Amino acid sequence: MASNREFFNRRLHSLLGVIPVGLFLVQHLVVNHFATGGEESFNKAAHFMESLPFRTFLEIFVIFLPLLFHAIYGIYIAFTAKNNVSRYSFFRNWMFLLQRVTGVITLIFLAWHVWETRIAAAFGADVNFDMMESILSNPFMVAFYVIGVVSAIFHFANGLWSFAVSWGITVSPRSQLISTYVTLVIFIALSIVGIRAIFAFV
Amino acid sequence: MSETRTVRFIISRQDSPEAEPYQEEFEVPYRPNMNVISALMEIRRNPVNAKGQESSPITWDMNCLEEVCGACSMVINGKPRQSCSAIVDQLEQPIRLEPMRTFPVIRDLQVDRSRMFDSLKKVKAWIPIDGTYDLGPGPRMPEKKRQWAYELSKCMTCGVCLEACPNVNSNSNFIGPAPLSQVRLFNSHPTGEMHKAERLDAIMGDGGLANCGNSQNCVQSCPKGIPLTTSIAALNRDTAIQSFKNFFGSDQV
Repeated sequence: MASNREFFNRRLHSLLGVIPVGLFLVQHLVVNHFATGGEESFNKAAHFMESLPFRTFLEIFVIFLPLLFHAIYGIYIAFTAKNNVSRYSFFRNWMFLLQRVTGVITLIFLAWHVWETRIAAAFGADVNFDMMESILSNPFMVAFYVIGVVSAIFHFANGLWSFAVSWGITVSPRSQLISTYVTLVIFIALSIVGIRAIFAFV
Repeated sequence: MSETRTVRFIISRQDSPEAEPYQEEFEVPYRPNMNVISALMEIRRNPVNAKGQESSPITWDMNCLEEVCGACSMVINGKPRQSCSAIVDQLEQPIRLEPMRTFPVIRDLQVDRSRMFDSLKKVKAWIPIDGTYDLGPGPRMPEKKRQWAYELSKCMTCGVCLEACPNVNSNSNFIGPAPLSQVRLFNSHPTGEMHKAERLDAIMGDGGLANCGNSQNCVQSCPKGIPLTTSIAALNRDTAIQSFKNFFGSDQV
């Protein structure tokens, strides 16, 4: 493994982005969507997630460690690129740039989001509808949340596309084109789910 | 009249590998059907810049003059391509020439593409047939496959794909698309296939295949239309299988 550590790291980075981090993102967005059903329905769903058995274990191994690896290695990847969309304004090159930009935005958003919710919870705050309602009573935070959530979803959807290429699932140009459309639909669908949830608190 | 027509060039120059680059303008008398190289030859014949000052001839690389050797690649009006097949009539003027700065610049428009040739050695981009006795003819290659492989074999190591790639730069040691596609070419050859695992292991090393970020600029820029990103995706599949073989174990070579 020593001689091909980079190969291993890159593949691990690609895998972790989908499993478990991407799956967690989808699950989180779906649970948030309970907010559109009113305060009680959201609190019930949030409480169910909070009271899952082995919660700390699940959080550490399904969320935090994979996310930390993906984030730190991702920053390294993002900053080794020398972007050149002004010279080569091809669609995929724009996606390449946006993947790196949304990755950094998502990381900034997540750091703030985890601080405000999970770490606050560790210090005794109650994570419920009221908490989100008070955070999102500030229009600036609404904009921040919309940008953060859409960035995360874009990063996930476009990441799915490159996951399929990186693992040699979509090889032919045609399969790569079709997976572009499929991931675009995923991006739009999840964005609707995410934004609807945000505006349920406003 | 046609005698007085000129073509204006803005050329990025640099006197030595470490020197600061600077721009110099030249006015070259127009001739029908001229290409960028013929204009550079005209400047060489009469190295006087647009301000009328005595200058020095431009340094550049060239060889075949028919877009098969890859030596004369440079950035023309922002796009990396071969200067021999860059026809002046088809270019917007003034024509801007720059070296491909992804590579070390030797002087003016001449760059050192050694890293590409070193990469070809690293990935064993050849078919070993030498031995102490005549090994006889190798396995036959189906005609259809030969035609397909011919497309990949058009690579002339010109460096355009590396210049276009955002992940090939001074911060990274990414090998670049061209040598990767050569791995697919030689791995699909009936005799070359016998060394498939060695080539895959080579591109699974540091700076190898995994550094591709799928910007797909390479396939858009390749002057030979080589399906570089298809090669990379196909190798992603091959290396995935190879890495499972390497790890989960098979003592088979």
